Amino acid sequence: MAKRGSVSSGKKAGKKAGKAGKTTGKRTGKTAGKTIAKTTGKKDPGDGVVAAAVAAGAAGPEARPRGRRLRGPRLEPSSASAPGDDLRGLRGLRGLRDLRARLAPTELPRERQLELYRFMKLNRMVEERLGNLYRQGKVVGGLYSSRGQEATSVGSAYALEPQDFMGPLIRNLGSMLVRGVQPREVMMQYMAKGGSPTGGKDGNTHFGDLRRGLVAPISMLGALIPVMAGVALAGKMQGKNLVALTYIGDGGTSTGDFHEGLNLAAVLQVPLVVIAEHNGYAYSTPTARQMRIPDIAIRAAAYGIPGEIVDGNDVLAVHAVTRRAVERARAGGGPSLIEAKTFRMKGHAEHDDAGYVPPELFESWRRRDPIERFERHLLAGGLATAEELARITAALDAELVAEMDQALASPMPPPERALEGVYAPAPAAEGAEGAKVAER
Amino acid sequence: MSVVTYLEAIRQAMWEEMERDPRVFLLGQDVGTYGGPFRVTAGMLERFGPERVIDTPISESAMVGAAIGAAMMGMLPIVEMQFIDFISCAFNQIINFAGPNHYRWGQKVPLVIRGPAGGNVHGSAFHSQNPESYFQHTPGLKIVAPGTAADARGLLKAAIRDPNPVLFFEHKYLYRRIKEELPAGDGVVPIGQARLARAGRDLSVITYGAMLHLALEAADRLAAEGIDLEILDLRTVKPLDEEAIIATVRKTNKVIVLTEEQLTGSVAGEVTARIAERGFAWLDAPVMRLCCPDTPVPYSPTLEEFYLPNVEKLVERVRELAGY
Repeated sequence: MAKRGSVSSGKKAGKKAGKAGKTTGKRTGKTAGKTIAKTTGKKDPGDGVVAAAVAAGAAGPEARPRGRRLRGPRLEPSSASAPGDDLRGLRGLRGLRDLRARLAPTELPRERQLELYRFMKLNRMVEERLGNLYRQGKVVGGLYSSRGQEATSVGSAYALEPQDFMGPLIRNLGSMLVRGVQPREVMMQYMAKGGSPTGGKDGNTHFGDLRRGLVAPISMLGALIPVMAGVALAGKMQGKNLVALTYIGDGGTSTGDFHEGLNLAAVLQVPLVVIAEHNGYAYSTPTARQMRIPDIAIRAAAYGIPGEIVDGNDVLAVHAVTRRAVERARAGGGPSLIEAKTFRMKGHAEHDDAGYVPPELFESWRRRDPIERFERHLLAGGLATAEELARITAALDAELVAEMDQALASPMPPPERALEGVYAPAPAAEGAEGAKVAER
Repeated sequence: MSVVTYLEAIRQAMWEEMERDPRVFLLGQDVGTYGGPFRVTAGMLERFGPERVIDTPISESAMVGAAIGAAMMGMLPIVEMQFIDFISCAFNQIINFAGPNHYRWGQKVPLVIRGPAGGNVHGSAFHSQNPESYFQHTPGLKIVAPGTAADARGLLKAAIRDPNPVLFFEHKYLYRRIKEELPAGDGVVPIGQARLARAGRDLSVITYGAMLHLALEAADRLAAEGIDLEILDLRTVKPLDEEAIIATVRKTNKVIVLTEEQLTGSVAGEVTARIAERGFAWLDAPVMRLCCPDTPVPYSPTLEEFYLPNVEKLVERVRELAGY
C-alpha cells in the first residue's frame, strides 16, 4: 500500500494551503449540500465565478437542474459575429474579463497568493525552457504547452490537501508543480533521459508518484476519470478522507469514459472533482464540433451532481471554486464538475502553429493572460511591489538554469532497460512466479 | 471432503480471499443483490456488505477504470464481467491503462477481471466468446483459463494475490458440469505453470479450458485403438509455460494444439510458433491446430456444433497426425 511521503515544495504548499483552507472549510461547511452557486452568487461583483451552477447535488424533482444564470454575461450561444457559431462556448467570456478586471475575492493571505504567483510563473517558465530544448532538438517527442491555462492548473491543484490525489493531463504541468514535481523531472521526461521518473520509458508529463498523490495519465482522453473515481472509491473504503481531482478538456468530454466515469462516481458518491478545461480547441477542432451545448458544466445535470463555471484565467476564482468542491467531496457530498473557461494560447503541440485559430481570438485572450491579471491584482492590492515580483522571477530563472543543467547531465537509459519491468515482481513468498517477471 | 462444482470452486476462492484479506472487493453488474446471473457471487453481499460487493451501472470501462484506480491505492479489486464478451467494452482501460502501467511508471495494478467465457451453451455471438487472443498481445497482462475445479479455485486465489492485472476466463460450460474434490488448505495454483493432465507416449494435445475435457474423452477412445495421448493443460495462457510445452514436444514429437478460439491470431498460433522456434528439431510432423473457424459464434445448435471442436474432430486429427 502506498504511503504518502514527504514532498519538497509541494508538501510545503499543501500544508500552508491547508491552513488557509480551514477558514474556507468552515464557511463551506455551512453550505454543504446546497447548490454551490448560491453561495457564489451572493459574493461581491468581483467574484470570478461567471455563471450559475447548473445542477443541484440532491436528487428528486425539486433538484431539477436549471440553466439559471445568476449574473454576468449570457452564456447561451450568441448569434453575433463571425466565425459562425464555432466558438459559441467561449463567447460567455468575451469582453468580460481583461487585464483590468478584478479577480475573485479570496481568503488566501498574501504569502499564499505569492506562492500561487510563483507556481504560475514557474509553470510558464518551465515550458519556455522546454521550448528552448525542443528547438535545440533535445526533446525527442512532442512538446505540449499549457500557456494561457496556468491559472486553471495551479489554482485547482492548490486547493488540495497533502493526502489528496490528482490525475493531471498533458496541459497540467502547473498542477504537478504544485504537488511537488521538480522542473528537472519534467525536462528529463521530455528529453527521454535515463534519470527521468520513468527511466526513459515514457515521456512528457506521463509519470506518476503516489507518494506525491500523482497518478500518471494515458493519452486516451477520458480514461483517467473512471480511474480517479476508483482512487476516490479506495480512499473512501480505506477511510483516508482523501479527495481525487482530475482534469479533462472540452474534446475529452465527448468520450464514453467521461460519461461512464462521472456517472459511476455520482452513483457511488465518491469524493471526485473533475475540472473540465474549456480551452476552445481539441487539437484543431473547435468546441462546437464536440457538443451542441455552450457550457460543459451543463453536463453535470445528467449525473445529478453540482456543476459550476469558473473564469479559468482567474487563479483566485479557480482556487475558491475548486476548494469548495473539494471540501464538499471530503464531507461526503460526492463528485462535482467544474468548467474552467480558458484558452489554449498555442497549438496542440509545439509543431502545430494553430493557423486554424482566428488571430482575433488569440488577441482577445492575450488580454486576459492569467499571469498578467494576477500581477495586476497583486500590485493594485498592495500585496507585492514590482520589485518583489521581479525578484521571484529572477529566483525562478536561476533555479531553472540549475534544473536544466541537472537534466541535461543525465545519461540516456541503457538499451536493455527496454525489457525491464513489464510485470510487477511477485512477493518473495511466491518466488516461483517471480522468476517469470518478463515473459520472453 | 465434499465434491464441489467448478462454479462453486470459483465462489469459494473469492469468498475465502475476501475473508482472508480486507483489501479484496468485488464490483460488477448484478453481483450484489442478485448474486450474478450464474449465482457465482450468491450470498456475498449478505456476508461482506455493499461496501465490498458493489453493484455498478452498465459501464464496463468505468468498472475496470475504477478497479485500476483502487488497485493502485492498495486495494485488490475483482471485476466481474457478466459475460466475458463484454470485456471488449473495457478494452482501452485494460490494454492502455492496466497492462502497461507498471512498465511505464513502476506502479503496480493488482487487479482481477473475471467472467464466464466460452460456447456450447447456445449463447450466440455475444455470450460465447473466448477473447484471450485479444489480450495475449498486451504486455503486462496475465491470462488464466482453468479447466478443472481445483485449478479454478487455486488459480483465482493466485490471481487475486498477484501484483499484476490478471484476466481470469472461466468456462461457463464447465460451471455445473464438472465436480471434484478440492485439495485441502489454500490450494493456490501458481500462475504460469501448465499441468500434465495425462501422460502418454504417442502424441501430445496442448489445450486449456473446456477443451481439456474433450481431449481427455478423445484419449480414452484412442487408447482403445492403441494411440496413447499425452495431454498438457496450459491453465495459464499468458505467460505461457514454454518449458512444459517444449518438454512434451520432445517426448512425443507430434503435437495438436486444441483451443476454442477462432483460428487466426489465436493462442494456438502463438503456441505453435514457439514450438516451431524452439522445438522444431524434435518434431516428426507438422504441428496441427484444431480451433474454431474464423466466423462469429453461431446460434443454432447445428451451426454451433459444426463450429466448435468436438471429440470426433479431434480423434480424426489425431489419427491423421499419428499416420506420419
